[in-house]
Amino acid sequence: MNRKAFFAMLARDAHVARRNAIPIVLQTFVQPLMFVFIFGRVMVGSGFMPPEYKSMLLPGIMAITMVGTGIWAVAMPLIAEFQFTREIEDRLLAPMDISWLAVEKVVAGTIQALAAGLVVIPVGWLLLRPGIDLRLPHPLTFVAVAILVALFASAGGLALGCSVNQTHIGLMFSLVVAPMIFFGCTYYPWSALSKFPIMQNVILVNPLVYASEGLRGVLVPQFPHLSLAAVLPALLGFNVFLFVLGLRQFHKKSVS
Amino acid sequence: MAVGIRTQDLRKVYMSPPPLAAGSGGFSFSAQRSKGKQPKTEIKALDGVSLEVIPGEIFGLLGPNGAGKSTTVGILTTRVRPTGGQAWIADHDVWKEQVAVKRIIGVVGQRPNLDFSLTAREILTFHGAYFGQSSHERTKRANTLLEKFKLLDRADQLVRGFSGGMMQRMSIARAMMHDPDVLFLDEPSAGLDPQTRLLLWEIIQEYNKAGKTILITTHNMEEADALCHRLAIIDHGHVIALGTPRELKASVPGGYLVRVRFGQSSPDLMKRLEALSGVREVRAVEPHGADLYADRGGSLVSEIANLTLAAGVELVDVHISEPSLENLFLHHTGRSLRE
Repeated sequence: MNRKAFFAMLARDAHVARRNAIPIVLQTFVQPLMFVFIFGRVMVGSGFMPPEYKSMLLPGIMAITMVGTGIWAVAMPLIAEFQFTREIEDRLLAPMDISWLAVEKVVAGTIQALAAGLVVIPVGWLLLRPGIDLRLPHPLTFVAVAILVALFASAGGLALGCSVNQTHIGLMFSLVVAPMIFFGCTYYPWSALSKFPIMQNVILVNPLVYASEGLRGVLVPQFPHLSLAAVLPALLGFNVFLFVLGLRQFHKKSVS
Repeated sequence: MAVGIRTQDLRKVYMSPPPLAAGSGGFSFSAQRSKGKQPKTEIKALDGVSLEVIPGEIFGLLGPNGAGKSTTVGILTTRVRPTGGQAWIADHDVWKEQVAVKRIIGVVGQRPNLDFSLTAREILTFHGAYFGQSSHERTKRANTLLEKFKLLDRADQLVRGFSGGMMQRMSIARAMMHDPDVLFLDEPSAGLDPQTRLLLWEIIQEYNKAGKTILITTHNMEEADALCHRLAIIDHGHVIALGTPRELKASVPGGYLVRVRFGQSSPDLMKRLEALSGVREVRAVEPHGADLYADRGGSLVSEIANLTLAAGVELVDVHISEPSLENLFLHHTGRSLRE
C-alpha cells in the first residue's frame, strides 16, 4: 500500500465533501429529522403513539441516517465517476494497487456515516425531549456497533455503486434502499413482528435489521431487542460479504 | 534514463463491447435478463501485436477507429487486462508490476476524464499528492504547467465549465504533473483547433527533448508525419506496417496514388493502365475503378484520359494523392483511413 497516495485520496474526498458541505448536511439530516419530529413529537404528543415510542424510534432513525449517508457517500460518486466521464481514472492510475482505492472509498464513507449517526443522537434528543430515555450502559459496545453499522453502509455503498448504472439510480433507491429501510426494524422493534412470523423470519436477511436492533441494544436496552451476541457477528458477516462483493465489482468496473 | 516499451503478441478479446470505445453507457433490461442465453458478443480488439518502442522516441500508432490503438494503450497503462501476450515498460511487466509501471507513466485518455469536483489547480496538486510530491513541489509544478498550457486565468475554477480544448490541455498538464518517463497520448489532438494543436505538438516535442518516451495514437496522418520518429500502422488488431514516416511512405510502390473511377469496367483498359510508364501497380476497385500506384502523379492524368477515351470508357473521377501515409494505409488495407 502507498500511504501517501491513500491519504491524498482521503484528503481529496474530504476536500470535495467540505466544498459540498451544505447540500450534504441538508440531504443527510432533513428527512430523518422530519421523521423524528412527526412520529416522535407530533404522533406521540397527539396520543396516537405511546410515549415510549420516542426512545424506541431514535436508534432506528440513527441507523437509517447512517446507512443512507454511507451508501450515498460511496455509491453516488462511484456511479458518477465510473460513467462516461471516467473521473476516477486519475486515481486508478495513481501508483497504488487499485484495491486500496476501494478501501479508501469505504473509509471515507464510514467516517461520514459515523459523523452523521453521532449528530442524529443529540439533535434527535433535543427534538424529542422531554421523555426520551437514552441509557448507553456500555459505551465501548456502542462504539463497536456504530463502527460496524457505518462499515456496513459504506461497504454496501461500494457494492451498489459498482453494480448499478447511472440510469438505474432511481431503481436502486426504490428497489433496494427503500425496502431495506421499511423492512429494517427502523420504525419498530423486531419483537413487534411476533404477529407476523413469516415476515419476522424473512427480514432477518436484511442487514439493516441488525443495525437498528444493535443500536437499540446499546442505546435503549430497556426495550426488547435482538441479542448483541447475534447482532455483532451478523453485522460483521454482512460487512465482509458486502466488501468482498464490492471489491470484485470494483475491479470489474475498473479494468476492462 | 529514457525508458522503452515492448509488447509481445498482445491479444485482447472483449466479451462485451469495450466500456470506453463502444459507448456502452446504458444497458437494457432485456440484455440483463437474458444473460447466458444469448451468445456473448466477442470483439477481437488485438490479435497478436508485438512492438518495440525505443527509449526516448516519439512512437505513433496510426489506424482507423476500432483498429486497436486505444486497447494497446489501455493494456500498456494497466487499464485493460490482456487476453494474451505480455507488455513491458522499462523492465516492468505491465500486468504483474502495475504500481511500478504507474509510477513512471503519464496517461492522456481519449476523452477528458478530469475530476469534475475540483478546480484546475486542485486537479494538478491532488494528482501530485497521489504521486507523493511535497506540498511545495506540487504547488510550484502546478503553477508552471498552468502557465505553460495557458490555463492560469481559469486555474481556480471548477473544470466542469471548461471548453473541450481547455479540458484536453488540462488532461495533458495533469499527465505531465509527476514528470513521467513515458507519456501516453490517446488521440490528443482530436477536436482541437489548429492553433491549440500546434501548441500541443510543440509541448510534446519539448517534453520528448527532455529524454522522455512518448507513445501517441492518432488517425491523423499529418500529425503522425509531423510528430513521430517511428510509426506502427495498425488495423483490425494487427500491425500492418512499421518504420519511420519516410520509410513507410517510401514503401508504397511509386509513392503517388492516382484513383480513377470509370463509367463501366474494361479489363483491357486495366492492362493498358499497367503498361503506362511510371505505374508500379494497378488495383481494380469495385465497382468500376482502379487505384494506380505510380512514381508520378499529375502527368499521368492526360495519359489515363487518352487511354479511357480510346477504350470507349467514360472517365468519371480522378484523384491524385501525393506520397502520404494515407496512401500507405490504403495500399496495405484497401481502405481509406477515413472510411
